[in-house]
Amino acid sequence: MSEAKQSGIVQWLDERFDLSPLFNLMDHKQVPVHKHTIWYYMGGVTLYLFIMQVFTGILLLLYYRPGEESAYESMQFILTRVHFGWLFRNVHAWSANLMVLFAFIHMFSVLFTKAFLKPRELTWITGFILLLLALFFGFSGYLLPWNELAFFATKVGTDIVGAVPFIGEQLKIIIRGGEDVTGATLSRFFGIHVAVLPLLTTLLLGLHLLFVQRQGISEPKHFDNEPEVKKRYMPFFPDFILRDALLWLVVNIVVLYLAVFYPWDLGLKADPLAPAPMGIKPEWYFMFMFQTLKVIPPHVWFMEGETFGILLFGVAALLWMFVPFAKWGKKHIADTNLITILGVFCIVFIVIMTIIGYL
Amino acid sequence: MKFGRREFINSMMGLGGLGALASIIYPVFQFLVPPRISEPKVTTLKVGKVSDFPIETSKILRFGRTPIILIRSSLHEFKAMAATCTHLDCIVQYNAEREQIICACHNGIYDLGGRNLSGPPPKPLDEYKVSIVDEEIVISEMKDPA
Repeated sequence: MSEAKQSGIVQWLDERFDLSPLFNLMDHKQVPVHKHTIWYYMGGVTLYLFIMQVFTGILLLLYYRPGEESAYESMQFILTRVHFGWLFRNVHAWSANLMVLFAFIHMFSVLFTKAFLKPRELTWITGFILLLLALFFGFSGYLLPWNELAFFATKVGTDIVGAVPFIGEQLKIIIRGGEDVTGATLSRFFGIHVAVLPLLTTLLLGLHLLFVQRQGISEPKHFDNEPEVKKRYMPFFPDFILRDALLWLVVNIVVLYLAVFYPWDLGLKADPLAPAPMGIKPEWYFMFMFQTLKVIPPHVWFMEGETFGILLFGVAALLWMFVPFAKWGKKHIADTNLITILGVFCIVFIVIMTIIGYL
Repeated sequence: MKFGRREFINSMMGLGGLGALASIIYPVFQFLVPPRISEPKVTTLKVGKVSDFPIETSKILRFGRTPIILIRSSLHEFKAMAATCTHLDCIVQYNAEREQIICACHNGIYDLGGRNLSGPPPKPLDEYKVSIVDEEIVISEMKDPA
């Protein structure tokens, strides 16, 4: 940036900290323009939804009180007495769901455009861990209102952990804070939701974004064979960022619309001595796993159905995480159609299992 | 390989580092494991008068730490069994119309004796003994046949 353009504050900072690397980045960062450019926006939308989560989460923290006798009551207080409490709670819940959705879209778009391949293996791995953290965020946050549905979903979800071979029972007790889902579980989930996960997510997100900055935005394969003059780019500042901002505004409007017209029901307070209500279901993004566990028979080989299911998903997640390193015979996976086949198979599997779960 | 003063210092520092790490991890892990809270062992539970329980109703009660379900299916028949589904820990319910115990979480179905009939539950529900003493319902643990 030329000196003439700098404002007084920027100049003051520049004299002391030498901001030229930052100006350099702003001047040179560019985004390839081609028919799949739209997918570049998905990560930004996910990031924006995460920022919304942090903002509304901090506001909710001011009134929410964890505890068997206070959590549900404080949620009622937020929803009925606190000015705009209903709004921030619903924005929090809706943006959480959309964040998971966009994280999935972002991941699959990176997969199909093959943007995860060398040299971006670590960006893929940090991104996948961020998705897992988002799922843990959803699972831990779901219990916090301490309502009936959340109570049983947590009972089922944590009981499945008990099926992990060897350490399952111990792990279940640690997660629950005891043998059953009680106020102790609520305290743990609260701590995990508002301290542990935000810390881990911030660290991972920092790394993820750092990798993106350092390596620049991935270009499609056909750019390799095209002459320089034919390749089209747009500057990140301000062209791309302004488009990003416009999209964030649209996301804002969608979230507000959903929060106002489709508010989340608080439901009945959890009662450990009440039968599980009919039609209990996990959140939509766990539905495919839940449905898969349901169709696995009670015993597979020498193990229980749940243990087999958990192992299956565990192995699948690990393979997914390390997919940038995969090889097929002597060929690298990038030179085959395997990635597309794998991606389509996963999407079809997730969609079909989710639909069956809701039928 | 030569093992001189430098290697010795390095390995000592490594060992010290490992020790420091262990001295942090062990207490943290122990802290995470919730302490066992001992509770007086419950052997019998008085539930109330027979007349307080209409026919074809059920109630979920706490037997010590265990939730149990008491079912009155007919004039003379009371049954009590663990109320926790053997599949994934949900609380079951009595369905008078079908004369079954069902778990709404994953459609587990048991008969009124607690035997798993269909759905995912892998085991039957543990049964408890119900006695009527002076018109009062008393639940106790089933004695082992041995």
